[in-house]
Amino acid sequence: MIRDITLGQYYQADSVIHRLDPRTKITGTFFFIVTLFLAKNVWGYVIAAAFLVMSIKLCKVPFKYMVRGMKAIVILMLMTVVFNLFMTKGEVIFSFWKLSISKEGLENAVKMAIRLTFLILGSSIMTLTTTPNSLTDGLEKLLGPLKKVKVPVHEIAMMMSIALRFIPILIEETDKIMKAQMARGADFDSGNLVKRAKALVPLLVPLIISAFRRAGDLAMAMEARCYRGDSGRTRMKPLKYEKRDYIAYIVIILTLVLCIVFGRNAWWMA
Amino acid sequence: MSIIFNHVYHSYDADTQLKTDALSDISFKIEDGEFVGLIGHTGSGKSTLVQHMNGLMKPTEGEVYFDGKDISDKDYPIKELRSNVGLVFQYPEHQLFEATVFEDVCFGPLNQGLEKKEAELRAFTALRQVGLEETTYYQSPFDLSGGQKRRAAIAGVLAMRPKVLVLDEPTAGLDPKGRDEILSLVKKLHDEEKITIVLVSHSMDDVANYVDRILVMNKSRLVYDGTPKEVFKHAEELEQMGLAIPQVTYAMHALKKAGFDVPTDVTTIDEAVDRIIKCIS
Ligand SMILES: Nc1ncnc2c1ncn2[C@@H]1O[C@H](COP(=O)(O)OP(=O)(O)OP(=O)(O)O)[C@@H](O)[C@H]1O
Ligand SMILES: [Mg+2]
Repeated sequence: MIRDITLGQYYQADSVIHRLDPRTKITGTFFFIVTLFLAKNVWGYVIAAAFLVMSIKLCKVPFKYMVRGMKAIVILMLMTVVFNLFMTKGEVIFSFWKLSISKEGLENAVKMAIRLTFLILGSSIMTLTTTPNSLTDGLEKLLGPLKKVKVPVHEIAMMMSIALRFIPILIEETDKIMKAQMARGADFDSGNLVKRAKALVPLLVPLIISAFRRAGDLAMAMEARCYRGDSGRTRMKPLKYEKRDYIAYIVIILTLVLCIVFGRNAWWMA
Repeated sequence: MSIIFNHVYHSYDADTQLKTDALSDISFKIEDGEFVGLIGHTGSGKSTLVQHMNGLMKPTEGEVYFDGKDISDKDYPIKELRSNVGLVFQYPEHQLFEATVFEDVCFGPLNQGLEKKEAELRAFTALRQVGLEETTYYQSPFDLSGGQKRRAAIAGVLAMRPKVLVLDEPTAGLDPKGRDEILSLVKKLHDEEKITIVLVSHSMDDVANYVDRILVMNKSRLVYDGTPKEVFKHAEELEQMGLAIPQVTYAMHALKKAGFDVPTDVTTIDEAVDRIIKCIS
């Protein structure tokens, strides 16, 4: 049940995208998002879609699996679409009761829906193909220059990687605790709001206690292995750009440029 | 009362690359009043199997019947099933949450819809049955020792007065003394309260002394089903599955090899003592 949340979880496979340097993937995702927001007409979206389809094909993660992870965000998307649909003022094309839909509203809603879907799919390709560890390694390296102005980049990256590492563990733990309480007749999905909130206590107390215990254990294990932050730390596998990374950069920048050239002026769809 | 598994299959993450078959073609029947041991190497599917007994999991294929009714039926009263089949999980930390042990044990009976008075009465009885000292009743469950936590967790399920008690590795992480105490407690519940028991373990020594029947799982399949004596005849096969036969059985094999005329299908220490005395006198 709760284990079905796949958003942001690593999916093991052997593909070019998996083998790319995490820095390439982070920068690529960032550029892709910029592309999406620069797209002003149909061609912009077509270019972005082409890039997305290519990445999905290359990364060897089943599309079904990707979409399943998106279910959690459907509500957010629906809300955005509905607000855009009804709140945008303009030429009314349809109305009932107090609500009216304008031409601009419809356009905005469609654009928003496409943008959000692309954005989530795009960033989930990054998280699905990169282990949390290499993701934070990449981030640490990319943000490295900030160390000069006393930003604790390494510590932030370490905290992030630990947090990411713990998500699946905590989800699994939640599943087990839920079952243990259900075996004692606990009921998590019926009754009114107050009753449901109360029903969460037997779930949250063991979960929080175990999270604290794990955090303590982990801290102890890190100290026992002489972890003391960034100073003097070297890497077992230093990040290194390969030929494929340069190719990926070229493709990404090409997409961005194409989108700027063909996707900006509104000559087909306003 | 009986539990029947009829060609049960279960796979995790069925439609992905990570698909694992945790149960394959499992069939057996457990009758009222039995004391069954479920044994298997780690990852063989024991925990998955027992979660089918109280409907926490449903078979991907095949059927599980309790009292002749299919628990996968839409209108099957699943809450009633959970009262009838009490399941104690591997880690007591997963279920203890209240401020005191006593309140925690009341959780189950209250969920069954009992009056507070009645629930407390059952909690007291259950706590006494598992042999926790009265001073611990009003302590926080998190301050208990490992063995005490285990007892509190068992009491929490016993208080629901189940007809079948399923214990998933109740002795994991306990020292030999704690282990013997928990196992004799389970034995007592079986003999005195006439509760049907399913005991999950990966130690043969644990179960050989207590159970009437052993189910052996290996890589999601049920490979043996019989009395301890029958099962331990397959010493070699069991070892290949990463399971050991009881230490006394090894000892008897060694004695036999050394020329003593003793039977090798002995599974408990008491029996071994008897046979050895008989042989040398
Ligand atoms: N929630 C889950 N999601 C995916 N796979 C799982 C899950 N739970 C168990 N498995 C897999 O199913 C198989 C059987 O697991 P199960 O927990 O039933 O074994 P077990 O016999 O209880 O082992 P142990 O002695 O370690 O408790 C294992 O291969 C395990 O990796
Ligand atoms: Mg288990």
